Amino acid sequence: MLELFKSNVAGKASRALLNASRIILGNKYILAGFIIVLVFVLMAILADFIAPYSPIEIVGPVLQPPSQKYLMGTDNLGRDVFSRTIYGSRVVLLTTAIAIALSGAIGTLLGLISGYIGGALDRVFSFIMDSIYAFPSLILAIALSVALGPSPINAAIAIAVVYIPTYFRMVRGQVLSIKNEPYIEIARALGIPSTRIVTRHILPHVGRTLMVVFSMNSADAILTEAALSFIGLTVQPPQPDWGFDLYKGRGFILTGYWWMMVFPGFCITLLAVGFALISEGVSTVISGGKR
Amino acid sequence: MDVVSKLVDVTMDFETRIFGRKRRVRAVDRVSLEVRRGEIYGLVGESGSGKSTIGRISIRLYKPTKGRVFYGKLDITELPESKLRYLRREMQLIPQDPYGAINPIQTIGEALVEPLLIHYKLSKDEAVEQAHRALEEVGLHPSTEFFTRRPRELSGGQLQRAVIARAMILKPKYIVADEPTSNLDASIRTSIIKLLLDLREKYEQSLLFITHDIALLSLIANRIGVLYLAQLFEEGPTEKIVKNPLHPYTKALLSAIPLLSDELGLEKVYLKGEIGDPSNPPRGCRLHPRCPYAMDKCKTEEPPLIMVNEGRSVKCWLYYNS
Amino acid sequence: MRVSVLEVKDLWVKYYTFSGIVSAVSGVSFNLRKGEMLAVVGESGSGKSTLGLALLNMVPKPGKIVKGEVLLGGVNVLKLTPEEIRKIRGSRLSMVFQDPFTTLDPLRKIVDQFEEFLLEHGFDKSKSRSIVKEYLEAVGLPERIMYSYPHQLSGGQKQRVSIAMAIALNPEVIIADEPTTALDVVVQKQIMDLIDYIKGKYGSSIILITHDLALALERADTVMVMYGGYIMEYADKKELLNNMKHPYTKALFEALPRITTRILPKSLPGYPPDLRSPPQGCIFHPRCEYATEECRLKRPVMIEVGKGHFVACHLYR
Repeated sequence: MLELFKSNVAGKASRALLNASRIILGNKYILAGFIIVLVFVLMAILADFIAPYSPIEIVGPVLQPPSQKYLMGTDNLGRDVFSRTIYGSRVVLLTTAIAIALSGAIGTLLGLISGYIGGALDRVFSFIMDSIYAFPSLILAIALSVALGPSPINAAIAIAVVYIPTYFRMVRGQVLSIKNEPYIEIARALGIPSTRIVTRHILPHVGRTLMVVFSMNSADAILTEAALSFIGLTVQPPQPDWGFDLYKGRGFILTGYWWMMVFPGFCITLLAVGFALISEGVSTVISGGKR
Repeated sequence: MDVVSKLVDVTMDFETRIFGRKRRVRAVDRVSLEVRRGEIYGLVGESGSGKSTIGRISIRLYKPTKGRVFYGKLDITELPESKLRYLRREMQLIPQDPYGAINPIQTIGEALVEPLLIHYKLSKDEAVEQAHRALEEVGLHPSTEFFTRRPRELSGGQLQRAVIARAMILKPKYIVADEPTSNLDASIRTSIIKLLLDLREKYEQSLLFITHDIALLSLIANRIGVLYLAQLFEEGPTEKIVKNPLHPYTKALLSAIPLLSDELGLEKVYLKGEIGDPSNPPRGCRLHPRCPYAMDKCKTEEPPLIMVNEGRSVKCWLYYNS
Repeated sequence: MRVSVLEVKDLWVKYYTFSGIVSAVSGVSFNLRKGEMLAVVGESGSGKSTLGLALLNMVPKPGKIVKGEVLLGGVNVLKLTPEEIRKIRGSRLSMVFQDPFTTLDPLRKIVDQFEEFLLEHGFDKSKSRSIVKEYLEAVGLPERIMYSYPHQLSGGQKQRVSIAMAIALNPEVIIADEPTTALDVVVQKQIMDLIDYIKGKYGSSIILITHDLALALERADTVMVMYGGYIMEYADKKELLNNMKHPYTKALFEALPRITTRILPKSLPGYPPDLRSPPQGCIFHPRCEYATEECRLKRPVMIEVGKGHFVACHLYR
């Protein structure tokens, strides 16, 4: 069936898609992780259709256990936990997506420049990056987030800063080795401008590494985001948010109202596991190992 | 005489850091040479002699630590990369290893079209057409079969042809060929050399041919320069270097050619040991620990490059005062 | 006629790769006599290195010896158990590689590696030190080399160490795979002189695998020319020099730069064969100027054209 599909498509984009689908289908870790993540993404996109109630309105009595009417029960204010959990995925996914995109873009750019130009500039950049890297990541994210003020965008920026050095280091290391390849020297001898050498001759080789770093970071970034929201540094109440809901639910667990805390907590864990599975799969695929 | 490339007293230091300790290696030590218009200048030396570095300095891929580099009459020593770019179409490098010379993510066609589009105002179609012609010119026929292939899909000989086609596509006037055939099989080697010589004639190019193979140079070069541990040891017209080598090192190189060295009927010279560490060269003459003719003077004093007769010089105390 | 120490009979090696089956060595047979230096000459893809590995039953995966015998003193090496083979390697058949890095452990001193090798082959610990000393001296290395690490040695010195290890157990056959290719011209000569000296002193039989016909014709007693996995020509050195038969051997010889003539050597058209789908008939025919219809259809067999001079070519039938 895959062969048939192949014969019918043409063009680079569809070939890339085909490659991606082959990787996803070819490795069971990636496949499992991909399905998990896909479910959450769909949940976020289709929240308006899936959620039976508004996430912020009081829809019934307080602290109802899970039932047919309230699938995951209600919270201490009488809001539907199921609806809150579904809407909560939006905050997590959006914040982490922005954070990863930002850190990937900035880290890659700086890594390319620093590695290719080298010299004093490289030493300065590397020093700054190493300093950031030396901080415990969570504490740095919290500190930045507090300084910037609580909001999802600021949380995303804070998380991004934490992960920039990872991208920077990996990309820089790759650039340093590719820079010495004969074809780069020949490209210079042919008078190809430096910017073009970096973007067209070096950057494509960094792609694989970026994929590994990206998949490794995303699981981590999810947990960092959850931590920030746990202490109230992302969206403000009454907006639904897994981390913050988890924090609130914490107070009720001893009195037996477990559903307030278990469902958002479970979602955070599952999403992180999803990304971790992809990461595991991607790194084995790229290192050439099988499954 | 019309000179294409000239190095004047060029020195090149490389600094490496090993566990934070700085180590300086002098890859080229006060070398002067010129490549004249229309000639093939052969540069011969072992690994670590600095021959590849000299080639790269002459087209300013490296900037020398000391000394001047001229392209024609133009001093290009201090020229920034942005200005050098326009000179690049005139001078090209053909590297040793064809497998590394084209980016594996590019097809042969893309690799040929790219420099054309950068240097000339051409439409994509015109550039593609020129690239096809260039492939045919180097004997990759039919060009359509090679155009869309990637470097790893070609054999070493085919790939070196593609690399040559790429180097020639901007119609350069000065070529630095850095051991262009040493990674190729014997049966392929000659055809690649022939190709280079034919193109050189057709486009009136001057060639700096770098190799460790003095036998090969004796067939193609007009003049030969012999390098040892970053220094120029002997220079002169090919005929004279091969038939009447002066420097013991040149004699040793000629004596080491298997089977064919007997044909020359020269005095055989054998050297002890190996070239040694370029970061810590011997005092005096750099060959003295290996040289069968070494005198006391050789151990302490470095010989000057002595002009023996017209166009012939040698860096050896044996020829001082004579 | 001196005694044969190694007999190879109809050896076939294939690599089962992802993109097809590569016939690396096809029907190679030869005898190696005591004290003989046989040069196996071929370009890349000729199967010469695979042949060397096959003699030690060391062909790496996905390669496989599909047929043939390698008789060392009458015993088929290919039939031995891994344990038996391990004992033979180094002691009766030893190998010198192009890159001595592959044989020397970068993290350990020369003397430790050398001694370990000797102990593995059942030497007494008390004697091993003096044997190390003796053989390093035999290959022209000073004693202090013993206490060096491989990276402190030059390329030539490392190659000398691996030669010392290869001869230490006085093997009957030494296989040297391009032992000088990674070295500079002047050092190449030194190492070949050393191999000559060893051959004289210990009476070892040597298989010199090389791409350089000139080197083979200068140093070896017998020369075997391979192309695309097949033997093209096999003869005594002197016989070959005076009476070269096969068009491929001639082409290789003519490709050598003749210093005195100032004429570029002749070149051979075309490229080496793709061994996943080798040409029909004679494997060399697409590049041969004498190729006839017969060459395109029928694979030539080895025929004796002079005493001990064999050639696989339809021209000489």
